Amino acid sequence: MAAVIFFIASIVVLAGAIGTVVLRNAFYSVLALVCHLLGLAALFLLLRAEFVAAAQVIVYAGAVMVLYVFVVAYVGGGEQPLRRPSGRGLRGISLVFAGALLAELLIATLGSGLSVLDAKGAGFFPAFGSPAEMGRLFLTKFLLAFELASMLLLLAAVGAVVLARRRSGLDDPREVSVADLLRSDASGTISDAERGSLQEAVGPAGR
Amino acid sequence: MSVSWYLAVSACVFCIGTAGVLTRRNPLVILLCLELMLNAANLALVAFARAHGNQEGQVFALIVLVVAACEVAVGLGLIVALYRRRLPVDVDELRELRG
Repeated sequence: MAAVIFFIASIVVLAGAIGTVVLRNAFYSVLALVCHLLGLAALFLLLRAEFVAAAQVIVYAGAVMVLYVFVVAYVGGGEQPLRRPSGRGLRGISLVFAGALLAELLIATLGSGLSVLDAKGAGFFPAFGSPAEMGRLFLTKFLLAFELASMLLLLAAVGAVVLARRRSGLDDPREVSVADLLRSDASGTISDAERGSLQEAVGPAGR
Repeated sequence: MSVSWYLAVSACVFCIGTAGVLTRRNPLVILLCLELMLNAANLALVAFARAHGNQEGQVFALIVLVVAACEVAVGLGLIVALYRRRLPVDVDELRELRG
């Protein structure tokens, strides 16, 4: 029974992955990735990782994919069918490179002869991979990683807002510079006293 | 099912993701292919955790999940900023990093 579920889930996972890469429309790529993630959650359940599977479905297939769908709808995501003539050779080379990487990975993992890989897995206790066990590990042994992950999430949220917010007064929209991205609105951060001193320093015709 | 089957699936997904990153030109799809590669690494981590009967691999997988979510947030923010400036959303056109 586990073998049947494994093969069905693997086919879903691989088909979703291929669909993500091959489909021309970015919207369909996102939908293929959702299928891929659901199949991957089934594989996680087979590997007794209940909490990872639940987090995968909720965080990835739920929240992150909704974010993708919104951005694809906003940007448009239309893939131009025209491709420049020099792209064909590079595409072939990159496919050859990916195939070589696959061969190398398969040799490294399956050809390693590790006895642990051929077994069905070590014994496990009934609560293996349950949310309670994950929480215990996160709050005892991996407390530093847990706190750093929360810090990283906060930084990413602030960074995303700073990058994607609407700003006005850009003279040349064709140029992107880091200074523009980091520049905040003049009225928001510089107080009146500071602006007065700045104008004194620059002179009345400074701006 | 022995653990090596899961590792084979993981290797296949990783290489499909690599091929996508190398061949596609839309940055949105490149981010999706990066997700594929991270998920393949996650599958390998969970498979090794099962093989050794040790839950710490699953903790690693959850941390990878967090990092992937952060990467998506910042990457999509960059794509939206590109689109707002009417720049082409195509990695071949965006050759120059100007500070």
